[in-house]
Formats: sequence, C-alpha cells, structure tokens
Amino acid sequence: MGDFPILTMVTFLPLLGAGIILAFNRGTAEETAAPARYMALWTSLITFLLSLFLWFDFDRGTAEFQFVEQVDWLPTFNITYHMGVDGISVLFVLLSTLLTPLCVICSWSAIQTRVKEYMIAFLVLETLMIGMFCALDFVLFYMFYEAVLIPMFLIIGIWGGPRRVYSAFKFFLYTLTGSVLLLLALLAMYFDAGTTDIPTLLAHHFPRDMQIWLWLALFASFAVKVPMWPVHTWLPDAHVEAPTAGSVILAAVLLKMGGYGFFRFSLPMLPEASEFFTPFIYTLSLVAIVYTSLVALAQEDMKKLIAYSSVAHMGFVTLGAFTGNQQGLEGALFQMLSHGVVSAALFLIVGVIYDRIHTREIANYEGLVERMPAYSLVFMIFMLASVGLPGTGGFVGEFLILVGAFQANTWVALVAASGMVLGAAYMLYLYRRIIFGVLTKESLVSILDMNRREALVFAPLVVLVFWMGIYPMSFLDVMSVSVSNLIENYQSALAAAEATSVANLGLAK
Amino acid sequence: MSPLDLVTALPELLLAGLAMALLMFGVFRGDRATPLVLLLSVMILVILIGLIALGPRGQGVAFDGLFISDFYGDFMKILVLVGSAAAMTMSLRYFETVGVVRFEYPILMLFATLGMMMMISANDLISLYLGLELQSLSLYVVAAIRRDSLRSTEAGLKYFVLGALSSGMLLYGASMIYGFAGTTNFETLADVFAETAAAGHGPSFGIIVGLVFLLSGLAFKVSAVPFHMWTPDVYEGAPTPIAAFFATAPKVAAMALLARIMMGPFIEFVAQWQQIVVVISIASMLLGAFAAIYQTNIKRLMAYSSIGHVGYALVGLAAGTEEGLRGLIVYMSIYVIMNLGAWGCILCMRQKQVMVEGIEDLKGLSKSSPALALALAIFMFSMAGIPPLAGFFGKLYVFLAAIEAELYTLAVVGVLSSVVGAFYYLRIVKLMYFDEPIEAFDTPIGREMTVILTGTSLLIMLFFVMPGPVIRGAAAAASALFAG
Repeated sequence: MGDFPILTMVTFLPLLGAGIILAFNRGTAEETAAPARYMALWTSLITFLLSLFLWFDFDRGTAEFQFVEQVDWLPTFNITYHMGVDGISVLFVLLSTLLTPLCVICSWSAIQTRVKEYMIAFLVLETLMIGMFCALDFVLFYMFYEAVLIPMFLIIGIWGGPRRVYSAFKFFLYTLTGSVLLLLALLAMYFDAGTTDIPTLLAHHFPRDMQIWLWLALFASFAVKVPMWPVHTWLPDAHVEAPTAGSVILAAVLLKMGGYGFFRFSLPMLPEASEFFTPFIYTLSLVAIVYTSLVALAQEDMKKLIAYSSVAHMGFVTLGAFTGNQQGLEGALFQMLSHGVVSAALFLIVGVIYDRIHTREIANYEGLVERMPAYSLVFMIFMLASVGLPGTGGFVGEFLILVGAFQANTWVALVAASGMVLGAAYMLYLYRRIIFGVLTKESLVSILDMNRREALVFAPLVVLVFWMGIYPMSFLDVMSVSVSNLIENYQSALAAAEATSVANLGLAK
Repeated sequence: MSPLDLVTALPELLLAGLAMALLMFGVFRGDRATPLVLLLSVMILVILIGLIALGPRGQGVAFDGLFISDFYGDFMKILVLVGSAAAMTMSLRYFETVGVVRFEYPILMLFATLGMMMMISANDLISLYLGLELQSLSLYVVAAIRRDSLRSTEAGLKYFVLGALSSGMLLYGASMIYGFAGTTNFETLADVFAETAAAGHGPSFGIIVGLVFLLSGLAFKVSAVPFHMWTPDVYEGAPTPIAAFFATAPKVAAMALLARIMMGPFIEFVAQWQQIVVVISIASMLLGAFAAIYQTNIKRLMAYSSIGHVGYALVGLAAGTEEGLRGLIVYMSIYVIMNLGAWGCILCMRQKQVMVEGIEDLKGLSKSSPALALALAIFMFSMAGIPPLAGFFGKLYVFLAAIEAELYTLAVVGVLSSVVGAFYYLRIVKLMYFDEPIEAFDTPIGREMTVILTGTSLLIMLFFVMPGPVIRGAAAAASALFAG
C-alpha cells in the first residue's frame, strides 16, 4: 500500500461519518432518524471494507509493526502521532470494524428515540476503539483508551434500561479510577525511558523495583477493563442496562482492551514484574473462572448470566496470557477473538427476544423452539460455542489455554478445566429453560421467528465461529510470529534478570 | 524614568488612559451610555490583546526595577485580557435582563484588569501590592454592583472583609521580608537569597515567616484551601457574569504572580515552600472534589470546581521546576477557556426572563436545546479531565511535572480526587442527557453568546488536533521566567 495512510483512514472514517451526520442531518427527530441510520450503516460498512486491506496485506512473517505512520504531535514532550499494527492488534481492529455495522443493523428498529445521537455515539465509539488498537504511542493509546468512556457512558445512560443511571456512573467511575493510575504509570515510564513511543518502550528495560509499581498501576487499569474478579462488579450492571448493541460492543471489544493492555504493555515491558505476579494472576483468574460460573448458574436475568459468563471466559484469557508459553498466549488471544464473536452473538440473541417481549427474565420464556426454530438453531450454535464444543471457535481458545496452563502448572489447569464443566452447566441450563419445554405462556404464543434483518446480522457471525473452529490456522498464523517474538523477549529478559541477580549474589559472597 | 520605560509599560498606560477617558465619557452621558461604554471597553481589551501579541515593545525592567515586561508576563496578560473581554461580552444581556445598567461597571472591570496586568508585571513587593489592591478594590465594588440585591451586597461585603484580611497578611509578610532581606525588589531579593544559599545557610526565621504570610495572602486570592471560604458565597451572591469573571481572569493573574514570586526570588528556598504548596494543593483538590458533590446551586458547584482546579494548577507550582511552571501555564490557559464556556452556558440558564441557578433546572436540556447541552457536556467532560478534551492535557502536563519532581503522593492524590470530581461533572451530564425536561430555557441565547460558546467549545474539543501553539507558548513563557 506504500505511503497510503490506511490506519488513519480506517480510524477516522467513522468520525467523519459522525461529523457529517451532526452537521448536515438536521430537522425533527423523525426526519433525521432514517438518514442517520443509513449514513451510519454505510460509513461502518465502508470502514469494514477498508479494514479488509489490513487482513490481505498484512505480512504474516514478521513481528514488526506494519502500516506504520508517524507525525509530530505534542511538542516539548516528544510525543508523536504513531500508528501501526502487529499480529497482536490487527485482528482486534478487524473485530471492531466487523461488529460496528452489525450493531447498527441490530439497532435499526430497536432504537426509536434520538436515533441521530445514537448513531453518532456508535461511530465515535468505533473510531476510538480502532484508534486504541492501532496507537503506537502510550499517550495516544491512553487518549483513545479513556475517551471510550464518554460515548459508552452516554449509550448506557440515554438508551439503557431502568437502572441505567446507576450503571452508567458505576461503569464510568470504576474504569476511570483504574485509568488515572495508568496515566501516572505512563508518566513514570516516560521519565525512565525518555519517550512514550511504544516500540522504543518495548526495547527499554525498567529497573525491577520500578517494574513492580508500574505493573500494579497498569494492573489497576487493565484488570478493571477485563474485568477480573473482584473488580468485575460493574460489568453485570452495565450489561444488563445497556441497549443490545451497547452490550455487544462492551462484551466484544471493550473487554478486550484490558487483555490487549496486558499483551502490549504488562508482559513485554515489565517482564520481571509479570513473572513475579504470575501466581497472583493465576489465583484471580481461577477464582473468576469458578466463582463467576457458579454465580452465572444462579442468575434469573439472561443478560446478567451472559455477563457473568464473560467474566469467566475472560478469566481464561488472563490465565493464558501469563502462562509464558506459545500455546497459552496464542490461546488467550484466540479466546479473546472467539469470545468477541460468541458473546456478541449471545447478546444479540437476547436482544432478538427482548425486542419482542421486552423482558429479560428467564422465567418469562419457555418452549421457544415451537415458534422460533431458526432462532433456536442459531442460539444452539452460539451456546455450544460458548461452552467450547470442538468445531467452534470457543474450543480452540480454551483448549490452547489449557495446554499452556498445563505446561506451566498442572493444578491451575485442573481447576480451570473444571470451570469449563461449569460453563457447560449454566449455558445448557439457560438453553433448556428458554428453548425447550411446552409453550403455554400467553405472551409467547404469537411470537415470530427471526426476520431477514436479524438473520443477516447472525450470518457473518455463524460463518466466523465455524471458521475459527474448523480452520483456526488462518487466525493463528497472523498472531504466531508476534507472539513468539514476545515470548522470546520475555524469556530473555527474565534470563538476563536471573543472571544479574546471581551475579550480585556472587559479588555479595 | 526614561521614555523607554513608557514604551515598556505601554499596554498598561494605554489601558489606564483609555479607562479614565471612558469614565469621563460615562459621567457626562450617564447610564444611557452603558452599552456603548461596554462595547468600547471590550474593544479596548481586544486592541490590547493585539498590541501585546504583535506590537513592538521594550522587554525588560522599567521604572527602576518596579516593573518587568517579559514573554511570561505577555502570555499571562493575554489570558487575563481574553478572560476579561469574554466575561464583559457575556454580561451585556444579563444586566439588561435584571435591569441594572450602570456605566461604572465596565470601567471598574477595566481597572480591575489593569490591576491584574500590574500584578503580572510586578517586579517588586511594592508594585505587587499596588496592582493587587487596584484589582481587589475594583472587584469588591463590582461584586456588590446590584446594590438593591441582598445577596449581591452580602457577597461584596464578605469579599471585602476577607480580602482586606488577606491583603493585610500579604503586606505583613512583605514587611517581614523587607526587614530581613533589606530590599523589596525581586532581583535584589534573588541575589540576597542566592548569597545565603551559596553560603550554605537556610533562610532566616524572619524570611520564613514572611514567606508564609505572603503565601497565605496569595492563596486567598487564588482561593486555595484553607483560604477558600469566600469563594462559594461570593460566586453565588455576585451577579453571574461577574462570577464568571472572578473565576477566570483574577485567578490567572494571582496564579501568575504567585509563580513569579515563588519561581523567581524564592526559588532558592524551594525546599521550604514546596511542602506548603503541596499541602495547599492536596487540600484544594480534595475539598474541591468532595464539597461539590452535594451542591445544588450551579454557581456554588462551579466555585468548588474552581477550588479543585486551583489545586491542580498548584501541583505544577509545587514541582518547583520549569516543567512545573509550563504545566501550570498550560493548565491555566485551558482553565480560562473551559470556565468561560461553562459560565457562558450558566448565563444562558434563563426561564421566562428570570435567571435560574439550580442544577436541577438543567434537566433534559439535551432535548430542549441540544446545542447548549452539547457545549456544556463538552466543558464538563473537559473539566473532569477526560481525553481527548483539552482539560486532559492540562492535567497531563501538571502531573508530568509532579512525577518528574518525584512528588508521588501529590500525583496519586491528585488523580484519585479527579475521579471523585468526575462524579459531579458527570451528574450535570446526567441531568442534561438522561432526564426528562421540565421547562425549556429562553431562546434565542443571543449572537454574542453563540459566538463565545461555539468558539470555546471548539477550542476545548479540538485542542488535541493542534496542541502545539499553546504548549510551545507555555514552554517559552516558562523558560522566559526561569532565564530572567
């Protein structure tokens, strides 16, 4: 592609669309609704098509950052506008660009109030998400990372359910608390390394004592975003109250920001601290996997159940990320992608029946298979993908993570594997209560199956979930060189640290 | 005095002359002339901005070292002038609405501005005090300009009594410093202190006492905790455009003065004053964050918010470095724009020709007037320090300096209190966007308001696209002060 600034185009095209809607789409709420919908749809579709260049042109044989752009930005501080992707981030960019048009379609008739503002918020959100995964400067990254709070706060607060205000505030303040500590860590890193440029920071070695503090500050931010137990409590609230598309983006992309943060910053920049805290991460991840699975089993609200299952699945991600071997790390990345697809689909599935009956209580549903066969099929596919059935995307990620965990620590793998059993339990139990049984409820007798628009939303996700399950190599290929490069640097940094401490010990004697 | 001195102080002299000419004009024409006087005053301020930014002037000291003109002063003066000009522009409609039309008001504002410019350019404890009093006395009167309103007169009186107390403390501190150092000139003071430091001594006890009193007096002017008590009452009681003025220009001037003294002659004793500033800063940030939560009046809320912001700006001062000063200047620049915009929105809160001040009145504003709600939301998110809005960059630069100076506690308290602060800024956004409207505000808001609100909100929102000019200017201003 040469000098063509593809990443900037992909990042800011949605913002341009939002600006056009804001500037030119005037009139009453009814008049502006339809043009806003079409404009948002076309903008996000063009963005997606543009982002496909990244997929085809991405060189899978190198761990270098690709499609790099760099321009001076903040003077006297040495901060540049630096964009680029590698095997770790490129797939998340594609995930974001794929899901935004789907969100627009699924909100087509579900959102009837303030459509224009809604579409603007989603397009702005898309820009911020893509920008965050592309940013190669820590300050730039932080800007995108935290700015995401604004549109998400508004989406939950304006178009959310009855307790939307509480949830929106909780979401905002929880995440902000973590983020500001990240900011301080960022500034401290700037003074040690003299730059906030990510590729330079990746090559920089921080003193061990400093690493511990920096790691904790980074952890405060990323753990809230992931979210890890015990700072996960904002997630069920936010998911339950957010509109369907908001939940989709929240589960599929925003949670990945935390995981991505561990991969981009904690592991490669602070290897000694990461190793030091590995048992801590294992513990929290295992608690998340087992405890939140049990909590999910007891839920009466569909969205809450899926929200807790997200926490459990993200527990696998953090577990895999800190195993320190190829399978674990690739598994964690893969799990993030497959969870992005599967949880997005599950929230959309809830959205379909919520749009019809306007309740998320599991007890209000039964025997839907009688009236909605196609819906039941789609639900089954994603339910099984979430459980981790071989042949679906969910299996590959969890399997790789367990293989990685087994090499690192057998007991950890054992507990994590038991989490998979619990996962099967709550998902099957959910499915049985909603889909099977005899349909006797008055409200459900005339319920309609999915319409063409809804089927259109699920089609790409179904294809993707099987593609990821049957031929995962096309995704693993993209990430493997970057991941092995990361592990190589990680291990060599640890070996170097080991050597120095042994040498110091020798000197002391 | 040489003719060159007059050139050095040209903007101040011009302002003084024109203000007096306007006063004569007003006296002869009476209150009928108020709109014209106001318009002319704003034009004078705009011309001064142009003069300072572009005009040829002598740099350096004048009037036997009483007055200094440097790039640092120029930068801060432009901020002050922008604040004054915008606040005066916004006041026109207000005074017509409430039916208080007095020609003295714009002229007093001009004199207050003149006092601020003197403060910024002060190079001697005497000229510092003169500038400060010229500013303060004008402001006492302006705060009480609605003399038939109980709240306005109460605000003016309260401001006067407490202000006089703080001026007294400042003067006492200055006399102590004079007594123990033998001079009031900043440059000579710097030499004396440098000698003391070079000889390996700390400052004498008298100097320390003087410094503490000086700091207390100035902390009162910037409304830092524990000298903040007047702020909420005065902001609430004073007419809204005047509160908007209080929140912007005088803060910048007092902060500029504080930085000029602390980073100038007293830089040798940074170890002594740093601990005081750290405590003041932490207390201001915490109080600004927590006390604002329960406010129901938007003007009081803004008062507490400004106390918090002063705390953040003081983080830059506490660092005691050139980077810290740069952070402080960046912060104050953004602070002025942000506050002008937010107060502009508050001035638009009119229902049936009556000003309303309850934050509950903002309910559902996004439906009744979406543009106004968007502007206020931008200012609120910016004040909360959420990127990519300008407020974030202000915080970024002050915390950068704090981390560099290894003031970790200060930085951690600062960022955590910004989370608490975010809560009440978000509450305003919540009222505007999540709640249903009760009663719409009067429209139209007026052309001058539209211009100011559009201008400030675009500046705040798009700051991240072109941060260069402000940051480079602030860096140059900071290095100008440190070089001199």
